[in-house]
Amino acid sequence: MSRADGLAQIPARAHGRADSRARRPRLARTETPTRGVGVVRRVAPPLVLVVLLLVVWQVAVVAFDVRPQVLPSPLRVVEQGWAYREQLWANTLPTLQVTLVGFAVSLLVGWVLAVAVDFSPWLRRALTPLLVVSQTLPIIAIAPLLIIWFGFGLLPKVVVIALVTFFPIAVGLIEGFAATDRQATNLLRSMGASRWEQFRLVRLPGALPRFFTALRIGITYAVTGAIFAEYVGATAGLGIFMNLQKNSFRTDLVLAAVVVTAVLSVALFALTYLVERLVIPWNRDV
Amino acid sequence: MSDLRVEGLTKAYPGLPVLDGVSFDVDTGEFVSVIGPSGCGKSTLFDVVAGMERPDSGRVLVDGKDATGRVDPFAYMPQQDLLFPWRTVLANTTLGLEVAGMPRSEARERARALFPTFGLAGFEDARPAQLSGGMRQRAALLRTVVQDRPVLLLDEPFGALDSLTRTGMQTWLADVRAGFGWTVVMVTHDIREAVLLSDRVVVLGPRPTTVRHEVVVDLPRPRDLATTTSVRFSEIAAELLGMLTLNAV
Repeated sequence: MSRADGLAQIPARAHGRADSRARRPRLARTETPTRGVGVVRRVAPPLVLVVLLLVVWQVAVVAFDVRPQVLPSPLRVVEQGWAYREQLWANTLPTLQVTLVGFAVSLLVGWVLAVAVDFSPWLRRALTPLLVVSQTLPIIAIAPLLIIWFGFGLLPKVVVIALVTFFPIAVGLIEGFAATDRQATNLLRSMGASRWEQFRLVRLPGALPRFFTALRIGITYAVTGAIFAEYVGATAGLGIFMNLQKNSFRTDLVLAAVVVTAVLSVALFALTYLVERLVIPWNRDV
Repeated sequence: MSDLRVEGLTKAYPGLPVLDGVSFDVDTGEFVSVIGPSGCGKSTLFDVVAGMERPDSGRVLVDGKDATGRVDPFAYMPQQDLLFPWRTVLANTTLGLEVAGMPRSEARERARALFPTFGLAGFEDARPAQLSGGMRQRAALLRTVVQDRPVLLLDEPFGALDSLTRTGMQTWLADVRAGFGWTVVMVTHDIREAVLLSDRVVVLGPRPTTVRHEVVVDLPRPRDLATTTSVRFSEIAAELLGMLTLNAV
């Protein structure tokens, strides 16, 4: 093989590969229905189980004639929840608002801490134990104090939500940044990249998959954190609604609010997948 | 392109002397391979030459000027391809130019021009995950050479490939290099690869390492797979293997 032959063969070889690879998009399209089946397969089992449990519950309540103050039937929960839908909705909005504001603060705190720790080894040593200590605080004891300190407004609730959700986010990011391949860092250094450029070009994008995992853990705590904060003291919200209904023995309405809470949490959880698809479409194993 | 001179490099980590006065030259446009027993300090030598670690003593000269501890005369290709999944293939190849501050459109134009030579035409906007192992390695090499630095440093560039792809890449690199006249230093532990690609092979001794032997590869170019079955090829390979295993037994 002469040199000229060798050079001529390169594009030919590459084209051979190009053709085989060009089939990818078509493969991807035929994959779509399979993926639909996959979603059904994932959603169907829990759905079947939930329906089964509800049927058992309904039958048991009717058969044993349980008083609704003790345990209302699922149908009654839905019926009464629907009848009180305006009140439920009026209390859902403040909870959603508190959740989103609190989680936004939590995200901000988590990011600032994680980036600061990534740039400063001193801060890493100083903050890591404190982060862990923050998670040992008994929120149930702290929350009433927060109300005493900050009143019944937004602030104490935001603090409670931030306290219960910033930790997984900060830790996920710190670990994500630190997990950067040493070789990748060396490559960037060999190109003359500053520490900031290394962060922007490698550490930050590389940490995003872990960040979204952490985000999902955080958001599941956020709604329950909000409910808890409201339970301790609020003027409106699902937490205070539940507390009031419990005090007037409306177990059915407490459970209706629980259902709304669950729907809210699941919706926010699902939303993180959507955001993840948009922000890091390159991360295919989501 | 430029010539490289490595003069008496020493480097020790606490309680662990690694480099014990390593010296060798690379002429302009020359392809020199560095081989040595595993753990002898090849990677440390590379890090020092590439300016990522300071030597305890000794100098690195590029075109006669002191380049010790400087990264800018060198374009470095690590063992793994390190293509970032969040960038397209084209954006991966322009990374070094971006860091150097070149405007994006200019960087892309420059990298794009090399895609056909590197067998990557049509894959500019693909994601690295869509490339085969050999293509990924060629993209990594493109990212290295497009920086237009005086000296290329290749650290076991084909180590991660299967043997068939690897052979293809070796003959491909031999062809492409002939057209560009790069000054190359390649670390490898594959004797066959070193002989096939190099003008000269530098053999390092065990740690703390120093240059034990140098072999001029006087095989005619262009070289291809037939070269590897020639008598002279076997002689050189045997000589290198002998030097590598000198104290091993």
